[in-house]
Amino acid sequence: MAERKKPKLAVWKFSSCDGCQLTLLDCEDELLAITEEVRISYFLEATRKVEKGPYDVSLVEGSITTPHDIKAIREVRKMSRTLVTIGACATAGGIQALRNFRNVKEFIRCVYAHPEYIDTLTTSTAVSDHVSVDFELRGCPINKHQLLEVLNATLNGRKPNIPRHSECIECKQNGIVCRMVATGQVCMGPVTQAGCGTLCPGKDRGCYGCFGPMETPNTPSFAKWMKELGTSDLDVQRKFRSFNANAEAFRKESESHG
Amino acid sequence: MPGAETAVATAVILQRDALDGLIEALKAKGYRVVGPRVADDAVIYDDLDGADDLPRGWGDEQKGGHYRLRKRPDGALFGYTTAPQGWKRFLYPPKQKLFAARRTASGFAVDPPAPEPQPLAIIGARACELAAMRVQKRVFGDKDYPDPGYQKRLADAFVVAVECTEAGDTCFCASMGTGPAVEAGFDIKMVELVDKSRHVFVAEAGSAKGTKLLKELGGDKAKDADREAATTRVAKAAKSMGRAMDTATAKRLKELPEHPRWEQVAARCLTCGNCTMVCPTCFCTTVEDVTDLKGDNAERWRKWDSCFTVDFSYIHGGSIRTETAARYRQWITHKLSTWHDQFGSSGCVGCGRCITWCPVGIDITEEVAAIHQAEKPAAKGRK
Repeated sequence: MAERKKPKLAVWKFSSCDGCQLTLLDCEDELLAITEEVRISYFLEATRKVEKGPYDVSLVEGSITTPHDIKAIREVRKMSRTLVTIGACATAGGIQALRNFRNVKEFIRCVYAHPEYIDTLTTSTAVSDHVSVDFELRGCPINKHQLLEVLNATLNGRKPNIPRHSECIECKQNGIVCRMVATGQVCMGPVTQAGCGTLCPGKDRGCYGCFGPMETPNTPSFAKWMKELGTSDLDVQRKFRSFNANAEAFRKESESHG
Repeated sequence: MPGAETAVATAVILQRDALDGLIEALKAKGYRVVGPRVADDAVIYDDLDGADDLPRGWGDEQKGGHYRLRKRPDGALFGYTTAPQGWKRFLYPPKQKLFAARRTASGFAVDPPAPEPQPLAIIGARACELAAMRVQKRVFGDKDYPDPGYQKRLADAFVVAVECTEAGDTCFCASMGTGPAVEAGFDIKMVELVDKSRHVFVAEAGSAKGTKLLKELGGDKAKDADREAATTRVAKAAKSMGRAMDTATAKRLKELPEHPRWEQVAARCLTCGNCTMVCPTCFCTTVEDVTDLKGDNAERWRKWDSCFTVDFSYIHGGSIRTETAARYRQWITHKLSTWHDQFGSSGCVGCGRCITWCPVGIDITEEVAAIHQAEKPAAKGRK
């Protein structure tokens, strides 16, 4: 087989906690294989060595929260053949999108000694709200196996196997006994996209919705059921307002409660 | 699992301790013994080390979208109704590797699937679950393209059936004609009798393998009174079903694609796919090809899928069933109505899992009843 030129990989960060980038470093066993197949050209979390674009694949972490972010993400888009956003911040605005529901100026006044230094947008939004995105990988943080699958698929020119269905299907495949039905805990699984590897339900915790809305979330029916299980209206709102608060289906449902 | 062999062996009385011997004997014969035990707030089917793992003194409470373990005072080993998932996950695993392929100098080579692991010994199969095995055996038994994996796992399995002496609130096997009495498809069947004076099992063999094993276990010949007690208890369970299916209307669902009830149930349905995952007869899968980074190795996997996902009905250009109503209708119509045309029986065995494990408690029997009600002459004219 002919030696192929190694594709150039770039990893970018916007408003985020770095956890999703760390998932790439957390690949440990697979990391050497990755470096054999791609040239890591820009990844400040891992190395100061920087190579100029254009890049074959860009992984983008973080949400767009400042005027500078808007300019920067447009530059990244221009320099990237394939742009994959990773994590709840980049795909939905992240936990910091809670600001979208309040007055940001008030926050700045309360928090900063010198509010005049702060130049921020009133919203935290997904990368896809600003530039075209080739693939959105969900999660807070993303799942390592899914990241590898997206890289594998991208490098081999195939569609990634990343299902958009509910978390429930993953729980059932993994033999997890439903926390909501068997214990009465509220679990966001039925309206949340699969992919985390049943992390919380496997540890006797209802799903927190880290992977955002599943493909066809029936949030009104689910909210009604949560209330029947004894959840207050305010808590229903809170359930929808976490890491994916600004994902459309969760945002809309949260606005009907509280 | 035996075929159509009928039980001719005489019933024997096994003491509770004999179950240790049963499990030990099966292990010694090389079986992987799976059966009920308590874990994760439920009685689940899992690997058993011995009879001590059985859910002694545990029962359950089930209703729409609700399951709770309940302590029972009598110390029964099989005092629960059904586990969250049936035997499907053993006979038809959620993820199966079909083959692996390697790039070679001249092209690629295909590695055959791994050989079958040790045969299964299933402890505590209920009548509805045996009915589900029969249904899946037909589904995977196409004369030209049978599923060799499923057929072999089922054929090699040793099945110990335990008839229900109580029915749960979401049970309706009696109306489906699938239980609670066990008629066929077992190596050994038992009825548990617990009262103040004794804790025994009335056991009968249903195959040569079963006869041999029962002999090894010893046990006195059951008296007529014991057999009667067993029959009476199972008959009592038949009368205490929490639900019933209107099978006539169920069969007619294919004639009612425009029924207004579909939209009503769609308002509640989460399209989460739980009903299909826990259904012991739902068999749909998707096929995924995975590659390594170099592209030198590929694998083909078969994974449980659900007609409630968007991808399920994806063909070139888009998904056919974009509406929730269309997906729910597809599932229930296939299960209860067109299954008859395709496989010669209903696809529902009345285990009630889709009711209990639906996160919002949608009830398949209630949906059929509502459609029946709306189809009554008085309500006609609003098709």
